[in-house]
Amino acid sequence: MFSTLIHKSRGGVHVPHRKHTAECETVVMPAPEKVLIAMSQHLGAPCIPLVKVGDTVEVGQMVGSSEVPVSAPIHSSVSGTVTALKELLLPAGRTTLALEITSDGENRVHSSVKPPIVNTQEEFIEAVRASGLVGLGGAGFPAHIKLNPKDRDTIDTLVINAAECEPYITTDYRECMENSWDIVSGVQTVMEFLGASRVVIAVERNKPAAIAELSRIAASVTVPGRTVTVKALPARYPQGAEKVLVAACTGRRIPVGGLPADVGCVVMNVTSVSVLSRYLKTGMPLVSRRVTVDGSAVEKPQNLQVALGTPIKDILAFVGLKKPVRKLLFGGPMMGLALMNDELPLLKQNNAILALAEEDVTEIPASTCIRCGRCVDACPMQLLPTSITKAYYAGNTDELKRLSTMNCMECGCCSFSCPAHRPILQTIRMAKDILRATK
Amino acid sequence: MEKQPLLVSSSPHLHCGMNTRDIMRDVVIALIPALVASVWLFGFRALAVEVVCVASAIATEYLSRLVMKRPQTVGDLSCVVTGLLLAFNLPVTIPLWQAAFGSVVAIAVAKQMFGGLGQNFVNPALVGRIVLMGSFPDAMNNWEVPLSWLGKADAVTGATPLALLGTEGAADIEPLQLLFGLRGGCLGETCVAALLLGGIYLVVRHVISPLIPVIYLATVFVLTWLLGSDPLVQVLSGGLMLGAVFMATDYATCPINKAGKVVYAIGCGLITVLIRMFGSLPEGVSFAIVIMNILSPLIERATKPRPFGAGKAVRS
Repeated sequence: MFSTLIHKSRGGVHVPHRKHTAECETVVMPAPEKVLIAMSQHLGAPCIPLVKVGDTVEVGQMVGSSEVPVSAPIHSSVSGTVTALKELLLPAGRTTLALEITSDGENRVHSSVKPPIVNTQEEFIEAVRASGLVGLGGAGFPAHIKLNPKDRDTIDTLVINAAECEPYITTDYRECMENSWDIVSGVQTVMEFLGASRVVIAVERNKPAAIAELSRIAASVTVPGRTVTVKALPARYPQGAEKVLVAACTGRRIPVGGLPADVGCVVMNVTSVSVLSRYLKTGMPLVSRRVTVDGSAVEKPQNLQVALGTPIKDILAFVGLKKPVRKLLFGGPMMGLALMNDELPLLKQNNAILALAEEDVTEIPASTCIRCGRCVDACPMQLLPTSITKAYYAGNTDELKRLSTMNCMECGCCSFSCPAHRPILQTIRMAKDILRATK
Repeated sequence: MEKQPLLVSSSPHLHCGMNTRDIMRDVVIALIPALVASVWLFGFRALAVEVVCVASAIATEYLSRLVMKRPQTVGDLSCVVTGLLLAFNLPVTIPLWQAAFGSVVAIAVAKQMFGGLGQNFVNPALVGRIVLMGSFPDAMNNWEVPLSWLGKADAVTGATPLALLGTEGAADIEPLQLLFGLRGGCLGETCVAALLLGGIYLVVRHVISPLIPVIYLATVFVLTWLLGSDPLVQVLSGGLMLGAVFMATDYATCPINKAGKVVYAIGCGLITVLIRMFGSLPEGVSFAIVIMNILSPLIERATKPRPFGAGKAVRS
């Protein structure tokens, strides 16, 4: 008991919530004139374009796919003509091909869009793949891989991630409030095909309305031998991180370098489950998504349903800006990526666009480490960020390995809490690059 | 409006808003009750010693950085903390030039020569005190009776309670008197109540974790009780409260992880008791903390936390 008391620090930090858009009902943004469909909107192999410049495409038509298992097909979000094939620099630093499709404004639906026939496990996985669904919470992991774990028999728990611990973002919250019946039907389908005996829907305590709504629908699921419960978790960042979430919901700790499946769990984002159930009903693949548009430069923060591939500048023009944008983020302020320009299109895994004005972008120069230990207390993976950065500057890769540097999930709690404003996470990222290169 | 280029930087894009100076300012605030108490107990000479120590600490920090051609760090207030802590560790009668010398040693030798804030391997204020103890043993062992500056006490100098323990004078020691600092001793160490107040402030402001002070004091309490001394008097006397709350918790010189802090605090308590009960010195807090400071990196290495999910998969 004593050893757990002193070895297991709780980790995590209190972040400001800034959920200004929580009560903003989703507004459908009309499809823009031109969309830019990137061939890599997921973790895994990029897709190969299936159409060429000059081809006519329709909504829901598959325009990119890959033979590689870990990948997800890509569909057109508008009807119109392919006008260009460009190279696009993604915010993470990789380049990918992208189709520029000029909309004809008619939004004709492609003939392939019809509800899939799903009776067997194989048909289910095939349908999930065909839907183009990836983890909508930000990671973009292909859903058909996640739902087809190697040891399916050992999976007993499905964790539905509605924690949404990043500041600003309310897309999952809006899904809970607006489409709770899609969530419950998706949960039932996934639970059935996965053979999981229990489902835990995890929400942070700062969203009482979502907890009430999800509890109401969870009570309606009455399958013998299966339980669906809603778990209210402390509002503490990074509560929604997979490893932290599984530990909080089940008490199981995913091993270093492991996946939730190693401890009998599958974790799915709440919007992903909901989108999957709608796909099974309508056959319309993932061609649009809800995105929170917020930040101090935005005139009217809101939640938008946006066609995938819509350039960010069109989205910002739609919501209006009241101040010049100094920093533009894909995702939340803790883990989001800063963009180099506003030409980039919306990708499947982007749950938020934050346009920050000057006042939110004060860069304070780093001073010397005072060894206060705030980063150590904040690290949810119980690493020693100070020692890792020291080993990095010393070029000591053996020490970096001993310190389990690769176990860092880049949540940013260390940098967030550093009173010396040191770029701790950035240094750890560089350390991880060194380890990847020397492996 | 001209369009500025977008700023691209690594996540996170949010910060808790705290900085080093805020932390040091909180420590200074936490030291104010003890500072007020020292003036009440020992008169305005106490304030003079404190001003001299702080001023020479600031000057030494400034000059050291200047000579080494390094960015100025006076603004982070850490030298003010060191100066104040050193003053709290000196008797009120100390010649002012000796107090200033202590500050110079603390800042120039113990802190800046090892790389400045966060890099020193022992507590600078304690190094200053130990050097003064070795250099000027008489001046450092001249204990004025509290409140004698008001002309109320019969004697002007006397022994400290710790020196009395074990002699027939021990019977006169009242724990309540010790709590309010009505005893001989260094400037800032005697008024335990003021130090506790500062300690509570630091814990509430999340500047320090209560782990080190609580375990340090508990270790001294239990060990002295087992060895047949009066544990309450032991805990309330000498520099223990000052050391446990403000010196042993120095960020740079204590282990950074929780388990390490526990081992370190027990070690501090153990060495303090050994020196007090079996050593030739009446007080052992300074040496105990300095010895444990030196052992800190080794403790940290031995008690490294196990990363999340290390070892075998836990499946309950």
